[in-house]
Amino acid sequence: MGVETSCDETAVAMVEDGKKIISNIVASQIKVHQKYGGVVPEIASRQHMECIIPVIDKALSESGKKLSDLSGIAVTYGPGLVGSLLVGLSVAKAIAYAQNIPLIGVNHLEAHIYANFLEHKGIKTPLICLIVSGGHTSLVYIKDFRKYKLLGQTKDDAAGEVFDKIAKVLDLDYPGGPIIEQLAKEGNSSLIKFPRPLLNDGSYDFSFSGLKTAVIYYIKELKEKNKIIPVKDILSSFQQAVVDVLVEKTLRAALEFKTKQIVLAGGVAANNSLRKKIKEKASLLNIRVFYPSISLCTDNAAMVASAGYYKLKENKKSSLDLDVVSRLTLV
Amino acid sequence: MNFTIITKSPEETKKLGKEIGKLVKPGDLLAFYGELGAGKTCFIQGISEGLEVKDYVTSPSFTIINEYQGKIPLYHFDVFRVSNIEEIIELGYEEYFYGEGLTVIEWAEKIESLLPKDHLKIEIKFKTSYERKISFIPQGNKFNLFWEDLIRIENFRNRYLH
Repeated sequence: MGVETSCDETAVAMVEDGKKIISNIVASQIKVHQKYGGVVPEIASRQHMECIIPVIDKALSESGKKLSDLSGIAVTYGPGLVGSLLVGLSVAKAIAYAQNIPLIGVNHLEAHIYANFLEHKGIKTPLICLIVSGGHTSLVYIKDFRKYKLLGQTKDDAAGEVFDKIAKVLDLDYPGGPIIEQLAKEGNSSLIKFPRPLLNDGSYDFSFSGLKTAVIYYIKELKEKNKIIPVKDILSSFQQAVVDVLVEKTLRAALEFKTKQIVLAGGVAANNSLRKKIKEKASLLNIRVFYPSISLCTDNAAMVASAGYYKLKENKKSSLDLDVVSRLTLV
Repeated sequence: MNFTIITKSPEETKKLGKEIGKLVKPGDLLAFYGELGAGKTCFIQGISEGLEVKDYVTSPSFTIINEYQGKIPLYHFDVFRVSNIEEIIELGYEEYFYGEGLTVIEWAEKIESLLPKDHLKIEIKFKTSYERKISFIPQGNKFNLFWEDLIRIENFRNRYLH
């Protein structure tokens, strides 16, 4: 069983042999909160507390298994919100203790990488992984399974965070990724030349704060002059700038480290413009690109269970005094 | 007294932050106001340099609070995503706000009722795409003399007062 409560989603999944998903429940997909009179609790940790048991029940019943069938329980212990992480970790510890099964603490970032192994056979090390989500933007060199080298990361905002913030400025829904992607499809991506920060600085670091400011200022100026705001063109040009930087740096890393494979992980890996562009460019270089299906890109517990399975195979169990770590890094 | 400084680039904003970071004392609280993209995180990155924090300060929008170790601890709050003040109460905010480090808060307007009486309000406004108007507005008495401390710094005088 995998348990994930690091941010907004309460998620529990049952996975067999690290690869076969038997059930995969994410609280925002089932209407657990209807039980509470339709009130959506705003406090993340309280929401997790209210959802976690019904979500576990649902994951068990959909899988046709019982708690006593579990061979281990994997749980995200960081990075994330402390209060949210604690809910999942406490429940996982209780189950591990009661069922006398191993507890496996899993790093959320590593779990995102493992989302790829749930669906794709034929992923071979060495490879380059781009982890890109609302909280993270990192380039990682994976020399061998579970051997990570951080090549670079964002120096300010994560890519997904910038999507959310631009969406907010334009009064669009949260999260910003899906809605921006949809509107951007009908826009002209080369109409506005937004900056591509750190594109040619030779490092593998990212910086999206300057791009964010450029987009916001562009909108602000049009507003002040009472001009029509070409939302779709702005979003399309903005998305293109983000994608260009992500693709360029990832491919450069693959070339430098001579890897023939790239994996994408995290919520922003669901962005079709990113998927398409990186695949196109990589194929010219004879590099294969893997990414999880959309539902496994965003936060879920199947990826946690999968990562936990492989850790357990290496006998990497956690003790029951495992604590949450808000700012856990991959390496 | 209130005072206002114009910075001409993100780099200048960061350098201003660095000078402020050298001046602050344990238990101080700086409350930042300014729209998205104004440069709040940039300013705070400068503060972290002034405090000799070794880690690179990134946006904490997703974790709400990041803690860093420098000459004194730096507690970096970003309450952008906070929709309910109870979320901050649950984080145990008092231990930070009234603690032994420097607390900096982005989007302070969202949790104004929790701010201590004494704090320094810092408002960042767009002037142009790169230029920013940064106003310092002491709340309570503690920061009344902050301006005088600031103009005693030579770097500061040379850069911002011509």
